[in-house]
Amino acid sequence: MTDQVTGPDQFTGATPDNAIRNADREERSGPMLAADGRPLKQSLNRALRAQKLRALALIAPLLVFIVITFILPIADMLFRSVENQIVSETLPRTVVALEDWDGDGAPEEAVFRALAVDMTIAAELKEHTRLGSRLNYETTGISSLFRKTGRAVDDVDELYVDQFEDLNEAWEEGATWATLMGSEDWIEDRAEWAAQVEAAEAAQDAATTAEEAIAAAFEEPAPRFELADQARAAFPSAAPLYSRFAEISQVENEDSLFREEPWPAVYEALYADLLAEGGEGYQGPQADLVAEAAQAVSGFETISARDAFADIDEDWLDSDVWGTIQAFSDPYTAGYFLSAVDLQLSPEGVVAQPDDQRIYALLFQRTLFMSMVIMFSCVLLGYPIAFLLSNLPMRTSNILLILVLLPFWTSLLVRTSAWKVLLQQQGVINDTLVWLGVLADSNRLELINNQTGTIIAMTHILLPFMILPLYSVMKTIPPYYVRAAKSLGAKPSTAFWRVYFPQSVPGIGAGCILVFILSIGYYITPELVGGTTGTFISNRIAYHISQSLNWGLAAALGSILLAVVLVLYYLYDRIVGIDNVSLG
Amino acid sequence: MELHPYASLGEKIWHYAFYVICGLIFFFLIAPILTIIPLSFNAENFFTFTPGMLAFEADAYSLRHYQDFFTNSSWQQALANSVKIAPMATLLSVAFGTLAAVGLSQPHVPARRAIMAILISPMIVPLIISAAGMYFFYSRIGLQGTYLGVVLAHAALGIPFVIITVTATLVGFDTSLTRASANLGAGPVRTFFKVQMPLILPGVVSGGLFAFITSFDEVVVVLFVGSAGQKTLPWQMFIGLREQISPTILAVATILVTISILLLTTVELLRRRSERLRGMSPS
Repeated sequence: MTDQVTGPDQFTGATPDNAIRNADREERSGPMLAADGRPLKQSLNRALRAQKLRALALIAPLLVFIVITFILPIADMLFRSVENQIVSETLPRTVVALEDWDGDGAPEEAVFRALAVDMTIAAELKEHTRLGSRLNYETTGISSLFRKTGRAVDDVDELYVDQFEDLNEAWEEGATWATLMGSEDWIEDRAEWAAQVEAAEAAQDAATTAEEAIAAAFEEPAPRFELADQARAAFPSAAPLYSRFAEISQVENEDSLFREEPWPAVYEALYADLLAEGGEGYQGPQADLVAEAAQAVSGFETISARDAFADIDEDWLDSDVWGTIQAFSDPYTAGYFLSAVDLQLSPEGVVAQPDDQRIYALLFQRTLFMSMVIMFSCVLLGYPIAFLLSNLPMRTSNILLILVLLPFWTSLLVRTSAWKVLLQQQGVINDTLVWLGVLADSNRLELINNQTGTIIAMTHILLPFMILPLYSVMKTIPPYYVRAAKSLGAKPSTAFWRVYFPQSVPGIGAGCILVFILSIGYYITPELVGGTTGTFISNRIAYHISQSLNWGLAAALGSILLAVVLVLYYLYDRIVGIDNVSLG
Repeated sequence: MELHPYASLGEKIWHYAFYVICGLIFFFLIAPILTIIPLSFNAENFFTFTPGMLAFEADAYSLRHYQDFFTNSSWQQALANSVKIAPMATLLSVAFGTLAAVGLSQPHVPARRAIMAILISPMIVPLIISAAGMYFFYSRIGLQGTYLGVVLAHAALGIPFVIITVTATLVGFDTSLTRASANLGAGPVRTFFKVQMPLILPGVVSGGLFAFITSFDEVVVVLFVGSAGQKTLPWQMFIGLREQISPTILAVATILVTISILLLTTVELLRRRSERLRGMSPS
């Protein structure tokens, strides 16, 4: 350490001299190099990248965890608030046929035909009741209409079934249809399978012990139906419909196609196909039967699907029902959001809800109004406490702070039950007031199950959230400004309002936003002490999730509430900063 | 807050009036919680003080509501569920949260603000919205009504508290200690457990306590995500308050107040210890 550092030039670290020299050298001989010969800049970047990756690797597990357990659920809720695939999924043909309807009177025959097919499938899958309850949110009465129609839809085309069967009894047999529509491969596979089943049954009958019987059992399901190309070409509407019938019978009901007679709608479709093309050129199995039917169909009696549906229920001729179906046939809808702000999607466009159903504007207003009242009560009660705590000596204020932190740490349910006990008509507060003679026994105060109850209980519950940020701001206000103001002749009140108060405003802002955010999303306390007039929008959300099962509307209300909270939170971040969230 | 000797009469009146006002507000804060404690020893099925209680007659007090709590099977089942759910949720939040907090306090984290916002979001979003979203999504993936579903939901709610307390502790952490440890030949894992962990332990424990309390006290989310098999203590209280209100709730409330006093003391002691430890470190 003696000879080596005789002058500044000998230092190898980052001295100003060295930096200048390095810069000169760089100009002369290219970029500065690190020990391993790479350019220094590149080397540093690499080290930085490694550091970033390490930090991200530490954060990644939690980030994935939160995204799965929390962010995706929120996204799901937002999605559900606009999602409306149920109509177009349950009634796909009807929705397409209904596109040309002008909204005046009942739609034309083609729409009812499509409805007959859609309803048959929906009733088979038991999806019509779900759709009925969904559309019932928009127009009351649709639910029962759908349920009734689902039971009776098979009657619509019964006439065609009868006529086909009168013509030839073979049409009654499931086997006739299966051989007519099924591909050769499938029929072969199926015959093989049937033989195996028979053999297994025979073996089971012959078995003497239970073990043998179990060993002999043949559990394989029947081979899945395949449509013959010939049938597809000859019967453009009946073949796909039969194929759908086969799929539902085999998968949902586990029936044998050789025993099941198809839906009446399939008969009607075959009738339509034969009438249009006469079954010409069909050479496949059952060709004789088809030819016979093709000759007869022109003489068949016909029935209007429209009349048949009108027979089931007059409402099918009502343009309101069809208007609702058309209005909600898009896979995505703004309908839930419109309902959430007391509007509705009607055939004439967006209109206001009928007067007796406008509740959400009132509910949002009430939520905001009561949150404001709670916020102001918290400022009013919190400000003196925070002022006292920040001006007392540390030791005393720490003890008093416990009185603030104890409610903060006490279970929410405990505090709510305390208020429920205190505020009852036969509760402690009323008893005390009667005992003191302030009140007569006959007119005890109604303090619970109304807005008063909610405001009192929530002010108490949220007060610590006002006091703590206020206190942390007030602690940093230096006492000498007020002293200076007083020494310059200000009265104590002037000194307070002109000098101290403005410095505490950031604390008030932070506390207010915090209390407001917490209060507009509160559920438990309003539910327990709010009765019917003291409840918030969140209670309505819970009601729609668990009782009315209108999840879309619950999601839309939740999305609006979430948007309000996020805006407020953004303000909070601008005023206070995320990182300054204090936990007392 | 000393009153200066030359204060006018008005100032004196205002000064004492201010103390009285503050006293009343403190009373408002603390009295509801303190009132339920004697009421829970009520010998009758009432929610108010009986004349006997006011006269301090021994007969008017009893432990019957506590006895009910400890013998009634639905309360015991609820307690057991709470005890099963809260520690698991806490464990998950603390494990993931501490790791991420260490990552977040590295000097170069890309998109730190965005990540922080996502991680803290469960604390910001109103519980009813979290509950609705979780209910929808968890029923899609088959977690609704399961123990695992409730634990995951509660862990998500507890994570922001762990992140906040642990990052706050790490702000005062002297990074030259980890460099020294690495210099002396310890690997990153050994450094974390031997050097960093003991110093940030108070923050981790108090974050864990917050997470525990969040889960133990939580009712909205469990009400939707859970099914009857996951009925927790707050859920049972909620039902009790809404439907058949029984004084057993007051006994439970008193027990919970006692627990929260214990937890509050623990967190305060930990905070002091953490400050002392940080005061010792050379930063």
